Amino acid sequence: MGNEALGRGLVEAGCTLAASYPGTPASEILESVVRHARETDTDMHIEWSLNEKVAYEVALAHSYTGKRSVVAMKQVGLNVASDPFMRSAYLGAPGGMVVIVADDPGPHSSQTEQDSRLFALFARVPVFDPATPAEAKGMIEPAFDLSEEFEIPVMVRPTTRVCHARQNVACETPRSLGRRANFEKDTGRWVATPRFLTRLHGTLNEKIATIARDRRFYPHLMSRGNDNRRCCIIASGVACAHTCDILRDLGVWDSVDLYKVDLPFPLNEDFIADVQNRYEDILVLEETYPTVEMQLLSQRVTGRRSGNVPGEGELTPDIVEGLLRDFLDVGAAEQGAVAEPLGVPPTLCAGCPHRAAFYTIKNTFPQGIFPSDIGCYTLGMNLGAVDTCHCMGACISQGAGFYHAYAADGDDFPTVVVTIGDSTFFHAGIPALANAVFNGARIIVVILDNATTAMTGNQPTPAVGIRADGAEGQSIPIPGLVTACGVSFLRECDPYEMNTLAGHLRDADRYIRSDEGGVAVIIAEHPCIMDRTARDKQRVFTVAISDDCTGCRLCVEEFECPGLVYSDEEERAFIDDTVCIGCGLCEAVCPVGAITITGGGR
Amino acid sequence: MMKQQIVISGLGGQGVLFTTRLLAEAGVAMGADVLTSETHGMAMRGGTVMSHVKIGGFWSPLIRRGMADTGLFLAAATVSSHMNFLKEEGYAVINSPNGGDLSVDATAIARDMGSFLVTNLVLLGFAVQKGTLFCPGDVMRDVITALSPPRYRSVNTAAFDRGLTITGGPL
Repeated sequence: MGNEALGRGLVEAGCTLAASYPGTPASEILESVVRHARETDTDMHIEWSLNEKVAYEVALAHSYTGKRSVVAMKQVGLNVASDPFMRSAYLGAPGGMVVIVADDPGPHSSQTEQDSRLFALFARVPVFDPATPAEAKGMIEPAFDLSEEFEIPVMVRPTTRVCHARQNVACETPRSLGRRANFEKDTGRWVATPRFLTRLHGTLNEKIATIARDRRFYPHLMSRGNDNRRCCIIASGVACAHTCDILRDLGVWDSVDLYKVDLPFPLNEDFIADVQNRYEDILVLEETYPTVEMQLLSQRVTGRRSGNVPGEGELTPDIVEGLLRDFLDVGAAEQGAVAEPLGVPPTLCAGCPHRAAFYTIKNTFPQGIFPSDIGCYTLGMNLGAVDTCHCMGACISQGAGFYHAYAADGDDFPTVVVTIGDSTFFHAGIPALANAVFNGARIIVVILDNATTAMTGNQPTPAVGIRADGAEGQSIPIPGLVTACGVSFLRECDPYEMNTLAGHLRDADRYIRSDEGGVAVIIAEHPCIMDRTARDKQRVFTVAISDDCTGCRLCVEEFECPGLVYSDEEERAFIDDTVCIGCGLCEAVCPVGAITITGGGR
Repeated sequence: MMKQQIVISGLGGQGVLFTTRLLAEAGVAMGADVLTSETHGMAMRGGTVMSHVKIGGFWSPLIRRGMADTGLFLAAATVSSHMNFLKEEGYAVINSPNGGDLSVDATAIARDMGSFLVTNLVLLGFAVQKGTLFCPGDVMRDVITALSPPRYRSVNTAAFDRGLTITGGPL
């Protein structure tokens, strides 16, 4: 997998610190570093940090000591880490620092499809754009070399189709650089008050200008046209991989000049001039923003700014094929445009403890407002118990914002029930909770604590106390953090006990409306059912639906468990025993008692 | 040079990713260049999932519509969504009790064997048996043995072997 290749490349390059926060499509990078460091007996500090900003800063200081470090994240993680990222371009990174930012054109599992190469341009940080997993691995060493040569962080920007592609990749023996930590104090640089910054900014500009003149980064001519057409294709990242395959399939390889851009920023200066001089028609294929296209400063480009290349969405091979056929006059494809089928939408797993929490919240407060957050539990929207989802940690602050808006209109405000996962709470929920308490919000915050970061592959959270490499760390229990944020109403329960949770919710609602009321917190604790060890300890019932079923569809629609299926022919619900895990929660949902549970062994 | 493009389609949790890895490793074992592409994240929670396997010299990990030689459909529900990736003469191997010659009720067979989790391996064995995949059965069995966690190794290979010998078509 591309992410595994990246992890291997980092270990081979003599990197001694890796920090990350999980997020699709970047999560497997750090897991790969753990595995390959262990397999090759390489000493490294590897951590799941609490968030991307923290991860960035840990890695940055490692580089200050002259050692190689990496920070890996998904594209929206860079938004969180943007503060240290922007300034590190000015101050530099002497030991070699690689910033891997995985973009998600499409998006497949993200809240934006932003182009981190443009972020690199904004920060004035060089960025590599790999087209394949093998290339992603191959770019790690050059990225470290460039970083050390110019004392500047260097970004490597794979996309989902590189991260989650698999390819056979050769492994080499890891290098040991044998560097010892040596932080050289220089207040003018590392403290850099405003009076130093103009000079540092000038130095950064010189570095970028020098790199832009470096012949090593002149785009590769992959295929040379055999006629005198003054046209060329310039492609970057996986769009270039698609282009290579399609040109061959169409039988037009070697009929057009194809350039592959490995370093989209800064785009090579001579290349920009050569393209201007040589070509009348230029097609630029890149994801997701016109980063190369803008630097070409040419009006002769067919691309995003000309409106030919779609301005949004993934540049799929089908779209690339259409663009190439148009540009090269090959004739249209035989099949017309295919409408994208919707397919089956995702749902919370059968037996997911979040479903029990959401069902209870929705039933207790049918008129409530439900801000939620990023994770599996966003799927609570299927149960009507998630009204907003914005960015990591936003739910608590948005909940407070809702409260203040309604409260300003009078005394009667709707119950705002915020849901946030345990990992998201650690990531960005803690400052938001302290803020909500301090500024007098009256909301209920339900922390859905399933003891893992489930959506991205079950990475441990600080509360679990297991570090990235599997070593035991100090556990940081969530209740203590909640209390420390000034919360005086705190309850804990298992959401599988839906009646108990409902009781806590009603108590919490009375509390937030009382004279001394403020933020009420309920921690709903039940391990993720994807965690086999925890699940093996859970009671398993045999669930059945009797002929008493009236076909009211309530269990299928309101409870929305994939283990419950509705038969249109028989006009009633059935249990799908290929999906049902026997949690037995649906028994309480059926209004006529047709769902029965028996057994209950572990 | 051996070249084959395969799509694997199903619902999250059905083992699409594991099946993809098995095909990729089988390709590597046979000395071919391999590229695959997978779905991760939100869609894995029970939604429609598809992965692509390309054996032979390719650059792009994705298969265009109408270009796949073979499709493995782990769920009948996703056939309509992904059938258009197949070439006209491509093979559609479908987990379904009531399809054509290339259909088999892998879910029922897996249920017989005591675990729905091996549905994908039954279908994979069936696809190999019908000659729709680039790799012979013994190569794939070795890969399954090597990649399965110890506690699932014997049930996985048994499910694959069932698929290799089962009679397909309407039951």
